[in-house]
Amino acid sequence: MSVVFEPSLCVSCGRCASVCPGTLLEAGDGRPARILFPDDCWGCASCLKACPRRAVRLTLPPALGGLGGLLSCGREGGRLVWRLERPGREPADFPGDPEGEGGY
Amino acid sequence: MPSPHLKTVRLQADALVIGGGTAGCAAAWLLAEKGLEVIVLEKAAIERSGCLAAGVNAVNAWIAPGREAADYARYALEDAHGIASWGLLLSMSARLGEAVGFLDRLGVPFHRGPDGRYVSRSWRNLKINGGDIKPALASCLKDRPNIRVVERVHALCYLAESGRGGEGALARPARICGAAGLRLNAPELVAVEAPAVVCATGGAAGLYRPNNPGRSGHKMWYPPFNTGGGWAMGIFAGAELTTLEMRFVALRLQDTAAPTGTLALGQGARQVNALGEDYEPRYGNTTSQRVLAWRAETEAGRGPCAMRAGPLDLPARRALTRSYLHMSPMQALKFLEGEAAAEEAAAAAAAGAGAASGAGNGHREFSFQIEGTEPYVIGGHTASGYQVDESRATTLPGLFACGDAAGGAPQKYVSGALAEGFIAAEGAALYLAGLRGKADRPPGDAPADARTPAAGPLEAGEGALASLTLSRLERLLEGFASGPAPAYGPEDLEEAMQKAMDLYAGGRGSGYRYGLEGLREAGRRVLGIWKLAFALKAETPRSLSRIWELLERLAVARHLIAHLAERTETRWPGFGEYAGHPGPDPALELFINSRLEAPPFVPPEDFGRHPPMMLRRSLADSRILDGPRPSLAEGGQPGPLFPGPAVPGEGAPSGEGA
Ligand SMILES: Cc1cc2nc3c(=O)[nH]c(=O)nc-3n(C[C@H](O)[C@H](O)[C@H](O)COP(=O)(O)OP(=O)(O)OC[C@H]3O[C@@H](n4cnc5c(N)ncnc54)[C@H](O)[C@@H]3O)c2cc1C
Ligand code: SF4
Ligand code: SF4
Repeated sequence: MSVVFEPSLCVSCGRCASVCPGTLLEAGDGRPARILFPDDCWGCASCLKACPRRAVRLTLPPALGGLGGLLSCGREGGRLVWRLERPGREPADFPGDPEGEGGY
Repeated sequence: MPSPHLKTVRLQADALVIGGGTAGCAAAWLLAEKGLEVIVLEKAAIERSGCLAAGVNAVNAWIAPGREAADYARYALEDAHGIASWGLLLSMSARLGEAVGFLDRLGVPFHRGPDGRYVSRSWRNLKINGGDIKPALASCLKDRPNIRVVERVHALCYLAESGRGGEGALARPARICGAAGLRLNAPELVAVEAPAVVCATGGAAGLYRPNNPGRSGHKMWYPPFNTGGGWAMGIFAGAELTTLEMRFVALRLQDTAAPTGTLALGQGARQVNALGEDYEPRYGNTTSQRVLAWRAETEAGRGPCAMRAGPLDLPARRALTRSYLHMSPMQALKFLEGEAAAEEAAAAAAAGAGAASGAGNGHREFSFQIEGTEPYVIGGHTASGYQVDESRATTLPGLFACGDAAGGAPQKYVSGALAEGFIAAEGAALYLAGLRGKADRPPGDAPADARTPAAGPLEAGEGALASLTLSRLERLLEGFASGPAPAYGPEDLEEAMQKAMDLYAGGRGSGYRYGLEGLREAGRRVLGIWKLAFALKAETPRSLSRIWELLERLAVARHLIAHLAERTETRWPGFGEYAGHPGPDPALELFINSRLEAPPFVPPEDFGRHPPMMLRRSLADSRILDGPRPSLAEGGQPGPLFPGPAVPGEGAPSGEGA
């Protein structure tokens, strides 16, 4: 499992399902989104970037060194703002692409 | 069990592009620019499908001012240890600048210096904020009256027109004239009739047991949804594939399979072993030698090996995290989790010492363990794929290939895939113009050249073979829909195939080593699994697509095994090692190609016996490394057909190895 949905935030807009490159998601008709084939997820985060509500989050499985954190993505003024949520901690925001990036 | 009861819907266009990924978008765009009616069949949705789904943080094929196309071609040829086509490399390299300009115009954010120039990581590598590169690229197909994008359709097989008509003409299609696909969200078969077809379905992942176990099996580097489908379609139609044996093993950050280049080129990170030694200089610097370095150090007991950068200050670490967010979100998540945990540990330590903490701003070393992935087959990194000429025409008239699906030209990356998309579109447009011209001429004066399509009406699909193929496909799919289901599912058979390939065809589990007897065993198992697959049952189009993906992978695996057996040398040591044949053999500076002798078009139930596979060697036009540069016409001459090395099914299939 690597994408986790939060039904209370989901508005059933269907954006996540419409972008998934693996055709793994189901959303719409007033029902909250869900993943039909959890083991087939590539972890590409396309659904995160499409979701207007941060209702879908990516987690790294422990077998791959994950610590249980949840990554979500929002857009502010056209820019991506990523967010890390960890159990019992304050969420931390991380802007994806500030102006003039070039330092790596 | 309810059967999906497929309804067949027919569509028509001038040109059909299969796969709306990187190369497919470029091809469709240019075909439409030329005023042609275009249909794109895409298994997913073009907004985020294919290799670019997560994004990329660099354009890896570019030529800095002061360098020329031949420099890039030479670099790629040397990196491929001489097995690549000079003509194909040169024609691709010549258009890399155009491809970069195309991305720039579509709004992909390139890094620019104060002088407005692109910021590069080397003479052939540009930095971008490419997290949204695919939606930007896909936007070039939007709102164009002559492009129809048909999404969530899994293309299954080509349609072809027979030269002489009638059933007896099955053996050699006169020309490809469309394809049929399965709609994933409705019980529908979509048959597109188009006199020119461009295959841009990418490469093949999932042939080998993946590095990540069990439920993380799809957490691989190459998209698990690129299943070699375009090649399987080509195999069944009798197209020639080349150099499948040059598999790609990527050296990646462990677990997430995130590229290491960002660390190496961006932060000067080096590979170090467990003793802290920088071992890279001992092994050479081609892609395959860098993988070998990791493997040799690990096998010598000096692992784990890691990429080590730094110590890096906070802004540098943040920039690095960001660049991974543009390309490998799972690795970025790992960075973020690691940083948060490290900060807390530092804060706790500082609190324990009673001091104020500025720990988060301190310098910190970045060290991430690395490993080789399971092998993939990808024409964008190695030379595997459809045998194509410089117009990206395959050996089947009317069929063109580009990007990861096309062979002969390694090191394409994003920009090379786009460049090949342009070239294939131009080739297809010229071919269409030729067809039109021929249709106007009196019949009988068409040259008998194999590559020239037989004179005929432009309306595709009227030929005997097209409807024959379609009805065969419908019958085959019916078979998967009715009757009792076996005790195993497609996932079980996929696992069996991956195990066979891992153990006996040089997977990670066997240290990427293989030998002839092992390859024979892999071949037997693949054919056994093939038989079992024909008993599978599907209740939904989606599960039918799953079965078909299995068949695609098995078909590609069968050809791959034959190619591996044929290349009795070890040319790319990091990608694989032929036991008993250490090192390269100068006599094998040639291409190994394969095709089915009598195309069945739809997967035959008895793949082992029918039809026989032919292998041929052709001269590699790579001799330029130590001589004058031949043109493709001189250097790419086909060698004589010679019998295959026998990838025996049960009871030595007739025709194979004969
Ligand atoms: C994780 C990753 C990171 C990379 N990073 C970089 C980088 O930083 N810089 C760089 O230059 N290059 C990078 N590359 C390489 C580059 O992205 C690829 O070489 C290039 O995008 C390949 O383009 P393509 O069109 O051949 O394949 P794709 O873009 O994968 O397109 C194939 C398309 O075909 C569709 N398809 C497949 N089968 C079928 C079927 N049966 N029917 C219909 N449609 C089908 C797929 O859904 C997909 O849309 C990266 C590749 C990967 C995988
Ligand atoms: S992460 Fe990618 S593959 Fe996984 S569900 Fe989201 S869009 Fe689909
Ligand atoms: S995109 Fe977000 S809000 Fe919309 S259906 Fe998916 S999870 Fe729900």
